[in-house]
Order: sequence, then structure tokens, then C-alpha cells
Amino acid sequence: MLHTVNKSSFERNSLQSCLNTIDDSSVILFIEDGVINAANNANSSMIADLAANGRVFALQGDVDARGISSKLADNIKLVDYSGFVDLVVEHGTAVSWV
Amino acid sequence: MKFAIQVNEGPYQHQASDSAFQFAKAAIENGHEIMRVFFYHDGVNNASRFTLPPQDDRHVVNNWASLDIKNADGEPELVVCVAAALRRGMLDESEATKNSIEGNNLHPAFRISGLGQLIEAGIQSDRLVVFGD
Repeated sequence: MLHTVNKSSFERNSLQSCLNTIDDSSVILFIEDGVINAANNANSSMIADLAANGRVFALQGDVDARGISSKLADNIKLVDYSGFVDLVVEHGTAVSWV
Repeated sequence: MKFAIQVNEGPYQHQASDSAFQFAKAAIENGHEIMRVFFYHDGVNNASRFTLPPQDDRHVVNNWASLDIKNADGEPELVVCVAAALRRGMLDESEATKNSIEGNNLHPAFRISGLGQLIEAGIQSDRLVVFGD
């Protein structure tokens, strides 16, 4: 299952709710302000573990727009909108954490 | 693959409308079908034909219209929730007449319908993706 998170964890606890819910096959995509969770100074150990398994993605355009492309945490994969579409196709039902 | 999209936020306030549009555009470019976009809550404000952003800004309403999402009968599949729309003063000609109000503001690329259209989109599409704030 694909989980999109569009808020920074400094603003809302939607990322934590997402992390409490996901199963072993789920992947997370950070979009909009959610990409702030992909910065190396905002990163939780759980995100780091998921990223090490290739299960954390961030939307390139939103990362660039917020000036954190040089501060990304390790192993976070960047995708464009086309890659976003492919993730939805590949992982089935998409859950939007807002 | 058949996609449906739900938009819960108005334009120019948060990023949800822009993200949803970019996603829909990319899906079409990748050869997928957008069978319906359902505008709910403040998302109904994406459908105002009176929207006039500055010339150097993106035009969210015209962007949606440019996708030209229609069904086999040629009806628009940019669908605005009727209850959410009427609450916010978003009217087509028929609703304006029915409620004895002069004028209407729904862009012709959109149509007003009920919440059943969202349920149907969830059942008939392969993927339903929600954008909101």
C-alpha cells in the first residue's frame, strides 16, 4: 500500500499516525510540506530504517521548492509526478495522510 | 489503468489543487485514464469560471478545464459535490434557476452532482487518489 504524507511533522502528527499504521509491504511518499520529513535534520529512526529498505520516496519538485535537495536524509528516493503515478499503479490503494 | 481523483481543498490556499492537477496530467501523459475528478468541501472552488488570477500566475480552473475529462456521453467528468457547492455559492444555471438566483458561476468544463458520484468513482476506478489539506 502507498501512503502519501503532505505535512511536516513539525506541523502535524500525520507522519506519526502513518508510521503507527503501516505494514511491512507499505511505502511512504512525501509530497508538499511532507518533504520536510525527508530532510536529514528532521528524520526519525523509523524513517531511516524504512528508507534503508528502499520504502521512502519524496516528490522532487516539492523538495526543490523548499530548498532541501542538498539536505536529504540517506536512501530517500526522489520521484517526479510520473514516478508518483507509477507508485500508485504499483502499490495499489493510496492512503492520503493530511 | 483507470484513475479517479478526489480534491478536498480550494485553489491558491494550499498546494492540494496544484498537486492533484499535476498528478492527473502525469497520469494522462503516461497513458492512463482519469475517469472522474470529484471536488468536495472547499475543493468546489476549483470550478469557478469567475477566477481571474494575475497574468503571470497559473490559472488553476483553466488548467483543470484543459484536461478535457469527459465520459462516453460527452459529459464533463470534473464533478462538483452539490451540497458543498451550494453552501459556498457555486451554482450552475439549473441550480440558480431552481433557487431563484440571478447568474451562475460554474465553469462549463465542470458539472454539479451528488456524493454518489464519488462512491461510484471509488468502485469503478482501479485507483482513487485523494488530495487535500
